[in-house]
Amino acid sequence: MQVLLTSQELSAIIKELAGKLAATYPELKDVIFIGIQQGGAVIGNDIVEEMKRLKPDKTVNYGQLDITFYRDDIRKEILAPDKMNLPFAIADKRIILIDDVLFTGRTIKAALDALLDYGRPEKVELCVLIDRKEYRQFPIQPDYVGKTVKTERTDKVKLVEGEVVLITK
Amino acid sequence: MQLSTRHLLGIKNLTKEDISLILSTAEQFKEVLQRPVKKVPSLRDVTIVNLFYENSTRTRFSFELAEKRLSADTINFAASSSSAAKGETLLDTVNNILSMKVDMVVMRHSASGAPHFLAQHIPAAIINAGDGINEHPTQGLLDAFSIKEKTGTLEGRKVAIIGDIMHSRVAQSNIYLLKKMEAEVTVCGPPTLIPKYISEALGVNVSYNLKETLEWCDVANVLRIQLERQNQVLFSSLREYSLAFGINRKLLDNLNKEIVIMHPGPINRGVELDSDVADSKQSIILQQVENGVAVRMAVLYLLSPQTP
Repeated sequence: MQVLLTSQELSAIIKELAGKLAATYPELKDVIFIGIQQGGAVIGNDIVEEMKRLKPDKTVNYGQLDITFYRDDIRKEILAPDKMNLPFAIADKRIILIDDVLFTGRTIKAALDALLDYGRPEKVELCVLIDRKEYRQFPIQPDYVGKTVKTERTDKVKLVEGEVVLITK
Repeated sequence: MQLSTRHLLGIKNLTKEDISLILSTAEQFKEVLQRPVKKVPSLRDVTIVNLFYENSTRTRFSFELAEKRLSADTINFAASSSSAAKGETLLDTVNNILSMKVDMVVMRHSASGAPHFLAQHIPAAIINAGDGINEHPTQGLLDAFSIKEKTGTLEGRKVAIIGDIMHSRVAQSNIYLLKKMEAEVTVCGPPTLIPKYISEALGVNVSYNLKETLEWCDVANVLRIQLERQNQVLFSSLREYSLAFGINRKLLDNLNKEIVIMHPGPINRGVELDSDVADSKQSIILQQVENGVAVRMAVLYLLSPQTP
């Protein structure tokens, strides 16, 4: 197991991502941040907390999206779902999807499918903490990236106790 | 986390963890049913047959809607309009249907144990939608879901099941489930409609006094008098039954607390429940129906085929 981001490096990257998002959407008008369960919701929480610190006078809309029912490998393993929490009308809103690790792109494809069942947003952007870009299986690219890393196909990249670690098989 | 069983034949075969998994999954499906698009693609590669050898409105519609909300393909079979009326056996009928590549079977049958028999002979996942006087597991699950949703917990909850316990598969599934989830259960009705050894066999309290039972309970699940299942006279008249065991407004107003009223439907209004009770805000009868779809979606989803 190798540490890719220490907790200090992680919090610096969260601040940087929140800063970029705040610069893109200074008024936060019609913007909804959505963390993908489970890792993306953890990173989403951190980004949203930082966003509230940067924009104390603005409302930060934040929800969590679970993709269990939309997975394309559902027949391989039936998983219990996580909690869905989207108490907003998303039609005509600008959505920032947040995930911890972007790998094949299949999770994001499923997240887009799930999201569109809630309405038709004006625009969807993607913010990820870690990009493993050489293994993409769908034409999906992030708009905001914390760190791009080089890994082996069989490696796993995970958030463990406030650090990002690489687990080699 | 996965279910410990491939079929849902009864609550009797489920573990406490299975029940918790179905109920928590149903919560997420209930959320799906509130969305603009009330549908997920989870079972779009799955074909389900609804085999109803016995009449049903609510359960059949509820299963069919649950299947459609999961994007499954469905076919419906009613015994009265099929080759079963020409004498085809259950196993022959099902094998013919399965040869058309059906993955799951939802079955209601008047013979207790029919789905258990089928499970031993065919490869598809089987969901019992009511077998004779044995079990109606999805009704037990949706009742539990509704109690938990309304009162917050099942553990320690005092639930009275009132009416024809003897002929009721709903009562049996409810008792198994509530006992597994550590609720307290009292069955109440005329002595002729309560099995003699139920207290020893299933660990429930028995009462023949409606007023005392209502004073004891947090939730009263009131059952339908099943005239079609009685081949002997077990009480003198519906009017007499109603006088002794029917729930009316006055009875509820005289309690020192507000209890929750449930009924699996269809209601015999004026027999086991008066209209001003069935339609009151204490009653969660229509929520039970709504929750039925979410609970059945959870069962179908969790039992859908896996091909690792």
